[in-house]
Amino acid sequence: MSRSRTATFLVGLLAALALTVLLAPLAGMKGYLPWDVLSGSLTSVDEGIFWKVRVPRVLLALVAGAALALSGMTFQSMFRNALATPYTLGVASGGSFGAALTVKLGFTFSIAGLPASSLGAFLGCLLAVTLVYGVTRLKQGFSTATMLLAGVAVGFLFSSLLMFLQYMSDFAETFRIVRWLMGGLDVVGYRHVLELLPLVLVGAAAVFLHLRELNLLVTGDDLAAGRGVDVTAVRRRLFFATSLMVGGVVAACGPIGFVGMMAPHICRLIIGADHRLLAPAAVLLGAVFLAVCDTVARTLIAPAEIPVGVITALLGGPFFLWLLTRGASERA
Amino acid sequence: MNMQANTGSDTPLLEVADIEVRFGRKIVLHSVSARIDHGAHVAVIGPNGAGKSTLLKAMDGLLQTSAGEIRLKGRPLASWSRKEIARMVSYVPQADGRVLPFPARDFVLMGRYPHLSPLSAVRPEDRAAADDAMRVTGTLQFVDRRVDTLSGGERQKLFIAAAIAQGAELLLLDEPTTFLDPKHQADVLGVLAKLNRERGVSLLTVTHDVNAAALWADRVLALREGRVAWFGPAGDAMDNAVLGAVFDHEFRFGVRDDGRRFVLPEGGA
Repeated sequence: MSRSRTATFLVGLLAALALTVLLAPLAGMKGYLPWDVLSGSLTSVDEGIFWKVRVPRVLLALVAGAALALSGMTFQSMFRNALATPYTLGVASGGSFGAALTVKLGFTFSIAGLPASSLGAFLGCLLAVTLVYGVTRLKQGFSTATMLLAGVAVGFLFSSLLMFLQYMSDFAETFRIVRWLMGGLDVVGYRHVLELLPLVLVGAAAVFLHLRELNLLVTGDDLAAGRGVDVTAVRRRLFFATSLMVGGVVAACGPIGFVGMMAPHICRLIIGADHRLLAPAAVLLGAVFLAVCDTVARTLIAPAEIPVGVITALLGGPFFLWLLTRGASERA
Repeated sequence: MNMQANTGSDTPLLEVADIEVRFGRKIVLHSVSARIDHGAHVAVIGPNGAGKSTLLKAMDGLLQTSAGEIRLKGRPLASWSRKEIARMVSYVPQADGRVLPFPARDFVLMGRYPHLSPLSAVRPEDRAAADDAMRVTGTLQFVDRRVDTLSGGERQKLFIAAAIAQGAELLLLDEPTTFLDPKHQADVLGVLAKLNRERGVSLLTVTHDVNAAALWADRVLALREGRVAWFGPAGDAMDNAVLGAVFDHEFRFGVRDDGRRFVLPEGGA
């Protein structure tokens, strides 16, 4: 955890972000060259693809990846366990159900520019996290094992509700829900990015205002409270912030798993547990990671596309197992 | 040993009045009362499950009481904010095997939390307070070591350092010497005595070591089955009328050169 190693890592991440922003929109079924884009020598169709499909898609991946990584980091630190993330604890399942329900019910209103599906996802996330945490608190003495089990159970509960919703839907609706559940960033135009951005900015700002508290929570709830942290209030605020971010991402792109577990944990292994450095690193790595995965997803078997959730899960599954065998459940 | 340095007022630093603590339906503390004066060193003894650690946590507001009142500097504990409490009282848990992935100095600096506003950076005075706390506890040589790579005794001293950096006038210590070898036990107790003597830091120490309680503290609070069994001057605790009743066990006593009694070890002969 030397200083030079941390600095190298952060600079490397910034460079990777710059490269991703510059190169990812060029790649795809049809590759473009940077000077063609700059000199305006693309055909109007290609120009449309570049600016209205590729660029917003890369931006969406960057924002969603950053939000997922930051939410994952927050959960891992609050609960001192690398396996405790909004996805493993069923929060994303709650969000998925919330979003799917608003779609099924045909809600198309929006409040302050936020579509009903985002609100539904946010409320679903909040409900799931309240359930998981409430169940865990019911038992005497807080135990991470109980919480992980409660998370699995709540995840199953919402998955079943979602399945029931699909069963009640017609063929086309079911297809849409299934495809959405695989996670995808195939958007046209900037609407999704602009809908997600405010949620992520507010949620991220709340997390960034609590980095000192997160450091203290890593040392244990008792020590944190003894140092003056209002543990209950901080936890409630962070639940709210992560629900905003995860709900927003789920509504815009479906549940994309494992980014929130891998990105922050890799950063923690490299630069240590100090959240003042860990949080920006996790944001950068999450953003780059998801954008790169999505680029792979849409170029690997072009013209067909692999849902990005499949790619992240293919990478994340083995990573999850590796964490388990390392005894990561014992340490954050 | 410090004789309750009086601050000019009769208000104790911390006062526990008839509190009750429940875990679910089980009552863990029954109408417990105690007081800690400014500069006092109180040892809490009692059999396993007597409610010692529970009392400690309740005193720092980390556990809810279901009856009675705890007053800090004459005001109900609940009327202070968590940060205000932390500037006066510090809970020092046992330096157990928990994962503490921070360098020692950063860990001690975290003790400055109640003095920082959410957006302010760490100030030079915070660094000075952390360095001073590490100097007085003899932990300055570990500054860059990761906390969970330190030995039990080193870690315990570092926990005390963080509590001192916090600026607390009262340390609530949960079994600070239980898992330490004799040298480190004396080391930690020495640091605590020095803080008490030289800086007037008040101490409340939960311990299983009856000798340490009677010889290092000036008052002993004995708990048994969630009730106060005895509360008095440490010297008077060394008697089977007190210890025997608290622990349900017959003790044998020896006398030191300075005339103070201690519990003799058992077995062997």
